[in-house]
Amino acid sequence: MLNDWLYLAIFLVLCFALPAMAIGIAGILSPKKSDPIKNSIYECGPEPVGESRIQFKVQYYVYGLIFLVFDVEAVLLFPWAVAYSQLPLYAVLEAILFIAILAGGLFYAWRAGALEWQ
Amino acid sequence: MSFIADPVNFIANWLTTVLTGWGASASLIQIILFVIGAGLLSLGPLLLTILLIWVERKIGGRFQDRLGPNRLGPWGIIQPIADMLKIFTKELITPTGADKVPYNLAPILAAGSVIAVWAVIPLASTVYGVNINIGAVYILAFGALGELGFIMAGLGSNNKFALLGGFRVVANLLSYEVPMILILLVPVMFSGSLGMNDIALSQTVWNVFLAPLAAIIFFITLIAENARAPFDLIEADSEIVAGFNVEYSGLKFGFFYVADFLHSVTAALVFSTLFLGGWRGPGAETYPILGFIYLVIKAAIIYFAILHIRFSIPRFRIDQMMSFNWKFLTPLSMMVLVTTALLNKLVPGDLTLVRVAVMWAANLVLWVAADQIVKRVVKKQAVPEVAQPRPLARPPQVGTNDILGG
Repeated sequence: MLNDWLYLAIFLVLCFALPAMAIGIAGILSPKKSDPIKNSIYECGPEPVGESRIQFKVQYYVYGLIFLVFDVEAVLLFPWAVAYSQLPLYAVLEAILFIAILAGGLFYAWRAGALEWQ
Repeated sequence: MSFIADPVNFIANWLTTVLTGWGASASLIQIILFVIGAGLLSLGPLLLTILLIWVERKIGGRFQDRLGPNRLGPWGIIQPIADMLKIFTKELITPTGADKVPYNLAPILAAGSVIAVWAVIPLASTVYGVNINIGAVYILAFGALGELGFIMAGLGSNNKFALLGGFRVVANLLSYEVPMILILLVPVMFSGSLGMNDIALSQTVWNVFLAPLAAIIFFITLIAENARAPFDLIEADSEIVAGFNVEYSGLKFGFFYVADFLHSVTAALVFSTLFLGGWRGPGAETYPILGFIYLVIKAAIIYFAILHIRFSIPRFRIDQMMSFNWKFLTPLSMMVLVTTALLNKLVPGDLTLVRVAVMWAANLVLWVAADQIVKRVVKKQAVPEVAQPRPLARPPQVGTNDILGG
């Protein structure tokens, strides 16, 4: 069991190190001729206008917030799914009740207009 | 165990004997084998990408009625190798005002997180990286890490297009994770384990037969999670140029490209393992190499389906994509989860044929109900035509009795 995690540690180090090494090699092989115009920000040709960190639509934030609710729910549902085959029927019904409450939350967000893209 | 039946374990056993002969301790041999195995498994996907680029360009060419790459080597198969060698010598331009740390870390995270998923995918009955008991959650976690890479690329580039791409990552990719998580519970429920090899092992009946609707939803969310067309809004070239990777050049861009190509084949492998039985097939237990061939065939079919969809369907608008997820896929996947959980408990597990029939019937009822509801809502929301249809430009009844004119 512990060996699995050792393998995973070696594997994870390698899979992030390989791209990093390749980019490092490319950095050595590639030419370095920078000038201010080449390094300027791309805006379809014209010179960049104003700040790049623009204000963002609040809609993205709302979607992120709704996602968070469902993501926390996943933490609670995965153990239930693993234990499913040993559970009696009433435990399954309880999980369904839990999902129904979540569906209620989704329905509330829907009625409140959080899911409309304005 | 002969070489033909199981090459990987044959070589591993041979190596163990050789190293023991040299007097190495057992734990040292274990670590050496781990390093070799991990090295091969992490280098394999990167090298596979070279082939995938050729496959995708060739198939894409055929879909668009052209030849695709055909100059270098037979059928142009050396083309991606030439491209790869060239991209190493391209200048890495960093835009002014870029946030250096997230800007440089993003391509590494994007590519590394896809390769990381390969550790838990069982390639054959005895050949897999690890069979950890949280495999399914591990896949979700590294999927999210790739998204974080895209967000970092968008924020770090100091570019408006890239920033817009980053916003869209938050909205689209995060949203589609919700039905994905809900549907992932279905195969976990059937097998009673989160380990990917256990899920493959438990499928005496493929999960796609027990939960067809779940498989379809999972397939759609996989395409959306990988930001493939028609869900490629984060890099929509006709709207925001190239989205999050607009300011990248050279190999830094190359690794976003690698991540994109690897994503679809990894998705095909994950789907085959979760719903198509993975390496399972006749004779796969005794001859692991057969299992590997079955997995490759299944994954190739799914991969081709992903490509077919990519080259056939135009891109969605962002509001369509969000409502499709939140107002259709999420409620439907909740219903699928509830129905499957309830019916699987009520129908006895030993009557396989009855179980499959009941599941199919339930899925069909769900699908028809969802379809009817959507049709009714769309009809209610349909915008009436403003202008009357224009009259015919021809003079009426000139020299004829025909209503449509002469």
